[in-house]
Amino acid sequence: MQKIIKSIIVLLFIFVLLVFYNSLYRETNYSTDYLVGNKLAKINLKSFDDNKIYTSEDFKKSRYTLINFWASWCAPCRVEHPYLMQLSKEKNLRILGVNFKDKKINASKFLNELGNPYYYMAKDTKGKQSVNFGIFGIPESILINNDTIVLKKFIGPLNEQNLNDIKKIINSL
Amino acid sequence: MKFKILLIIFFINLNINLHANELVEESKIHKNLRCLVCQGQSIADSNSDFALTLKMVVKDLIDQGKTEKEIYSFLSDKYGDWILYKPKINLGNFLLWGIPYLALIVGGVIIVFLIRKSSKKA
Repeated sequence: MQKIIKSIIVLLFIFVLLVFYNSLYRETNYSTDYLVGNKLAKINLKSFDDNKIYTSEDFKKSRYTLINFWASWCAPCRVEHPYLMQLSKEKNLRILGVNFKDKKINASKFLNELGNPYYYMAKDTKGKQSVNFGIFGIPESILINNDTIVLKKFIGPLNEQNLNDIKKIINSL
Repeated sequence: MKFKILLIIFFINLNINLHANELVEESKIHKNLRCLVCQGQSIADSNSDFALTLKMVVKDLIDQGKTEKEIYSFLSDKYGDWILYKPKINLGNFLLWGIPYLALIVGGVIIVFLIRKSSKKA
């Protein structure tokens, strides 16, 4: 029996070591990789001018849609804006801009100044709709196909690398 | 007249109790939701923009009649299990849930063995 106890203690020690070793290489930052491949359910966004409600049906018309959450008060949104302008020229892609917790007048000024890359424009005045998309800060962008399946999610401002990744995906077929 | 007064008191009391239950449930849910933009805080402890938005969403879901479990399920669908301080049991964490019980059983067996051994010696 003493041998069994000793073996259990040794095994326990090895197990604890393995857990610590494994934790050294574990990604501890919040990751949204699990979202890729998921279908976005219950899309229900009010258009920027209050005329329309956007649902999943609207995104079936284009092969790919990039949903971009932005605001005029968000400095990184200015950084990514030139990349969105470039993407707006792509044939297979439509961009949905969701104006997040912003004032309409400021948002309009922002777009007048920097250009409007958005095919669809929606607003999320209170930020509650963004939870449906798993958004926790802006800017964030989600690339979906016409079945509203998430192909890629970008946290933070889009950069050159992201631009190339998006172009690669939308021009792959 | 007395009956009417009693009735009014009853309904006021009922309303207060219902509201108190809602508050308890809401704060319990807040404590189990991780603020993703804070350092080790639940949304109950945080006043960040994200925490405030999640609190509004939780309130809406409660008003819609969703249960605590359904609210956790909704939010873990959107943000993954990382948003929950008490995640569901799955393949990745079953050891975390199982080891304390296993340790209790193994420890119990060892203690029984040691007691028996010492009583035999005596």
